Amino acid sequence: MTSLPAPSQKKLGLVIDLDTCVGCQACATSCKEWNTGGFSGPLSDQDPYGADPHGTWLNRVHMYEAGEGDDTRTVNFPRSCLHCETPACVTVCPTGASYKRAEDGIVLVNPDTCIGCKLCSWACPYGAREYDYADGTMKKCTLCVDRIYNETLEPEDRQPACVRACPTGARHFGDLGDPTSAVSQLVADREGVALMPELGYNPVNRYLPPRERRNAPSADTTTTAAPAVGTDAGVVDKFFAWADKALTR
Amino acid sequence: MHPAYSVIFFTTASGAGYGLLVWLGLAELLGEMPSNWWFRFMAFGLATGLVVAGLLSSTFHLGRPERALNAFSQWRSSWLSREGVLAVATFIPVALFGLASVFGLFVDAADLWAVLTIIFALLTVWCTSMIYNSLTTIRAWNDQIVPPVYIALALATGGILFCGLTTLMDNLGAGAIWAALVAIIAGWILKVLYWSRLDGRKLTLTTADAIGLPKLGRVRPIESPHSQANFVMREMGYTVGRRHADRLRTYTVIGLFVIPALCCLALLALPTGFAPLFGLIAILSAAAGVLTERWLFFAEAQHVVSLYYGAEAA
Repeated sequence: MTSLPAPSQKKLGLVIDLDTCVGCQACATSCKEWNTGGFSGPLSDQDPYGADPHGTWLNRVHMYEAGEGDDTRTVNFPRSCLHCETPACVTVCPTGASYKRAEDGIVLVNPDTCIGCKLCSWACPYGAREYDYADGTMKKCTLCVDRIYNETLEPEDRQPACVRACPTGARHFGDLGDPTSAVSQLVADREGVALMPELGYNPVNRYLPPRERRNAPSADTTTTAAPAVGTDAGVVDKFFAWADKALTR
Repeated sequence: MHPAYSVIFFTTASGAGYGLLVWLGLAELLGEMPSNWWFRFMAFGLATGLVVAGLLSSTFHLGRPERALNAFSQWRSSWLSREGVLAVATFIPVALFGLASVFGLFVDAADLWAVLTIIFALLTVWCTSMIYNSLTTIRAWNDQIVPPVYIALALATGGILFCGLTTLMDNLGAGAIWAALVAIIAGWILKVLYWSRLDGRKLTLTTADAIGLPKLGRVRPIESPHSQANFVMREMGYTVGRRHADRLRTYTVIGLFVIPALCCLALLALPTGFAPLFGLIAILSAAAGVLTERWLFFAEAQHVVSLYYGAEAA
């Protein structure tokens, strides 16, 4: 049934800290590793050792550059399903294979009834759904539904594989419908944001913006700036100027 | 958006088929149905053939075509499902209308079958257009002019088929030619309006919005998450250069509107001996034109997800 259930009390989701994410891809690879044997596995790869390797991944880590001049910064950005409260990917599904769980808000695809029409991928602004070219069905983040309730795992392992794998603790899992939960507190403290709220999908996942720099480059350029190097400066001058600049950072 | 040939053929062929069925229904209601039995046999055969071929073609777009029957279940929420249900439901009045018109069965209620055929055919085309129109992720399609364009083009191509087929087998009445001409010109106006709205729309979202950091200013990718294009880029990263699009728009206007309209005028002005020639030219030209139009409808459409992959605005 692709009509949406009444909004759930419980809204399980991820909070991703863009301040501490280092773009190491550990979340993406551990996601692929767990989920290729999980609920919607296998996640196939095409031409893996050829000229055009590509495959089904449920999590993608982008790397962006933001700002201008000395204010330029790198932002590593992991992108996966946001388990929206009003997901058009579910309502457009003609078969009922896509659904949003009434009990915890997780958005899933039933791998046994999906016809692979790809319309859900067209309806998702976040690129969260990927087509499995080998299986002919759509795959997406399951929020590791086969881990988080799995009593055969140790309690500390009952969270999504990406969260467990993150070496910098940039990923957090919890109930964003409960204002007292740790993730909700984190979102409140760090002014976490939803992606493109104007599109009306009401994502559950939140992203924590990078913190302000402690020593903004515009504030202390006078004290540590290297002597200006003219066009006629020799190689040695240029080297020291570079070394000074590099060591000052 | 990646222009999948199966979907282009599906929307254009079924559109022309439903358009032809609408004109057959109107001809029946107005007492203008050509008397030649072969015309009616061929017209109903061609219309249902186009619709069936289109629907079959659409299943080639599926990863699991053997499960296609599942797609009839979610008509409460999904335009794609509604379109499927209506497409199948339309066969009932079409079959009864065809039996009445071609084989003389159930003739007493022929007008009722004609009315139901017109309503269901138009509703099905409208549902097809709503599959695209309902996607807020694709600004080029999320414009209320899209359903009128789809309906007008279905009526224009169906009208051209009606006239062309009549010229081959029967005397074509001036009323049918004028009707086709009106549909062609309506389609022309709406499509040009669609393009001007497409070009004039403001792109309000940026990559900074896409990653939730609008305050950071211009955000640009420095490292891709994957070395080769993934499904998202293959399916939704397709864009054609503007100059390329301009030329194809001109071909669309000439093929789909100008040449068929001139053929209609020629049919009105010239002796009937020339009629089959102009009828055929109009059909072939409109077919090439509508295929180009539909290819562009996909190729020109930008998906919001392209913001993550280097598009500066969407």
